[in-house]
Amino acid sequence: MSDPKKASVAYVRQTILPEQAPPGTAIGMIGWIRANLFSGWFNTVLTLLSILAIYGLLSVILPWLFSPTWGAQSLDECREIIAATFAEGTSKACWGVIRDRWIQLLFGFYPSEMYWRPILAFILLGVALAPILFSERTPRKFLVVTALYPFVMPWLLWGGSIWVPVAVMAGFALAYAVLKYTGPRMGTLSSTLLAVAVALIWWLFLAMPVAGLVQSAIPLGLTPVVSRDFGGMMLSIIIGVVAIGFSLPIGIVLALGRKSDLLIVKALCVGFIEFIRGVPLITLLFVASVLLNIFLPPGTDFDIILRVIIMATVFASAYVAEVIRGGLAALPAGQYEAADALGLDYWRAQRLVIMPQALKISIPGIVSTFIGLFKDTTLVSIIGLLDPLGLSNAIRADSDWNGIVWELYSFIALMFFVFCFSMSRYSMYLERKLQTETR
Amino acid sequence: MKKSLFLGTLTAAGLAAGMSAAATLDDVKARGTLNCGVTTGLVGFAAPNANGRWEGFDVAVCRAVAAAVLGDENAIEFVPTTGKTRFTALASGEIDMLARNTTWTFSRDVDLGFEFAGINYYDGQGFMVPKELGVTSAKELNGATVCIQTGTTTELNLADWFRKNNMEYEPVPIETNAEAQQQYLARACDVYTTDSSGLAATRATFEDPSAHVILPEIISKEPLGPLVRHGDNQWGDIVRWTLNALIAAEEFGITSANVEELASEPTDSPEINRMLGTEGNLGEMLGLDKDWAVRAIAAGGNYGEIFARHIGESTPVGLARGLNAQWTEGGLLYAPPFR
Repeated sequence: MSDPKKASVAYVRQTILPEQAPPGTAIGMIGWIRANLFSGWFNTVLTLLSILAIYGLLSVILPWLFSPTWGAQSLDECREIIAATFAEGTSKACWGVIRDRWIQLLFGFYPSEMYWRPILAFILLGVALAPILFSERTPRKFLVVTALYPFVMPWLLWGGSIWVPVAVMAGFALAYAVLKYTGPRMGTLSSTLLAVAVALIWWLFLAMPVAGLVQSAIPLGLTPVVSRDFGGMMLSIIIGVVAIGFSLPIGIVLALGRKSDLLIVKALCVGFIEFIRGVPLITLLFVASVLLNIFLPPGTDFDIILRVIIMATVFASAYVAEVIRGGLAALPAGQYEAADALGLDYWRAQRLVIMPQALKISIPGIVSTFIGLFKDTTLVSIIGLLDPLGLSNAIRADSDWNGIVWELYSFIALMFFVFCFSMSRYSMYLERKLQTETR
Repeated sequence: MKKSLFLGTLTAAGLAAGMSAAATLDDVKARGTLNCGVTTGLVGFAAPNANGRWEGFDVAVCRAVAAAVLGDENAIEFVPTTGKTRFTALASGEIDMLARNTTWTFSRDVDLGFEFAGINYYDGQGFMVPKELGVTSAKELNGATVCIQTGTTTELNLADWFRKNNMEYEPVPIETNAEAQQQYLARACDVYTTDSSGLAATRATFEDPSAHVILPEIISKEPLGPLVRHGDNQWGDIVRWTLNALIAAEEFGITSANVEELASEPTDSPEINRMLGTEGNLGEMLGLDKDWAVRAIAAGGNYGEIFARHIGESTPVGLARGLNAQWTEGGLLYAPPFR
């Protein structure tokens, strides 16, 4: 107590109690534990049960996980090592299969002397994505890499003449030139149509012969790698990245089309979205691998991976379109009216006012669609492409490793977790960054 | 109307496919590689090793054909196919031949429009049970739960056989062999049934193989062999006689070790001479050169060598020759004469 003499003569305390340190049980580690884990009898029981459950799980998993079988050459050798080191009946992981096959699980059958190509493509992917994902922290110069990446990536992965991607790029340059030259003279619509027509003619009839001609004059290129050699995590990433990259813009267009006042545009978009969403992805993949084969003229070399990518893109864009439509619907009508009142035309209003807000609202939905798409890439194993899951089956067909299940699946799960978790963290970062109105 | 349009398109596509298929040999030669359909992985029959090279009993047939036609056993594009995609892959021309433990049945041969080029493995459906159940015959399996792969001929065989013997069973449908192993070991089913070669391969991977028995009953005939499309008889002949050459080579004692020597000059046996091209012009009749069989045999050895290397008794799969022995040794392998 404070001064007892004064306290005895007056009702009102006139001195201030000196500050005291909080009791030891309320601060630091102990305080946190009391507040968060044992704040009442019910929570105490729950905490104890959870600890028990976690202990039970870990006491099974950890001893299984730590297993001295890294060097084993076959499942039998694993069993010998385990039998020699531990008591009878001990269940341990056989990690030899991962040491033997991890490169295959990453690259499939890609020729080993060319592993630098997918690795470089993957690194460049990071460089190309940086200015989009972290726009304020990356120099704008990196956007050049982003623009070139769609042409460089297929060339790096599939190889062939460098003049093919150059010729494809030339198509865009051609279209741009036509637009620039005829735009002022013919009006926007007709010059756009002309530019598209010129580019299409170039790509369909001229690009390949020209590329061939230049290649014969100046041979420059990488050794071609056929699609059948692609596999493992690389295949999943390729399908995932390309499908994600294309499905977002297509999804935006579809969402806008669905809200459009133009009857035909609207009907087409609604029909497309509803048809694709009404069909399982597996069905689309079977169409890609089986039906197309029958209907295309024989001898047509329509790359199987390309077919799968197209189907995955189509599938994802229908879902992205609906997610974005949700974002558009969530915007107050005042935003649309305000954009109109400013005198912005349709595209400017979308670009400057509507889309930035609608996309921000839809980020969690878009990212879950992407994560779902990335995981759906494993479905290609059903049509005989060797993605990680397909490869796990092929690896088990080696008599050395027949019978191994958990080790392969946990390794594949770990690889997928790394990618999906980073996507999910990035989406949370983006949401925090864009959270302007509540800051 | 719509249906007829659909069928019409299908027919047109089929006709077009048939026309182009008439020159598979030329296609393969122009391409420089053989597109061979294999399984996505089956122990002993086809599997990629750590370097991505496909190996196995079925793969060896592909390699022999590639060696005979192109002179290089590695000039092959292996196309992994699943049970669902294999026939379309072949029908559409995506692959030139299918060597994927496929059972030769009437409907596949006649209705689906394929041509089986022969039989490289005589298999049959069997049962595996844990020894502790004390079952010694499949006739004692009344009321058992049975693990069975869906969408295969085994499903139908099982139903037929149990019905014929007036027995009941409860199926546990599973998708892949790996899943079957897990289910069986976890005792989700009493019995696992599939081709007996698959049972042997599966049992070999168990920690204690001796705790499981494969019952003596074989309830179906499963002649497995490579197949090609209808309509290109020359290509069918090439695949058929390459397989026959491998089988005949074992009968005549031609191995990968002595084939070069035997082919260097005519031997006493006219049939060996004709096969290896030192006499006659059999290769020319096939549309190949005279050394085609020499290369096919040099690629992986004769039938016996291939069998021993991939699925024979010294391998983990550990299959006995049984029905797959030469006819001279009580088996069913009987290559028609080379003449």
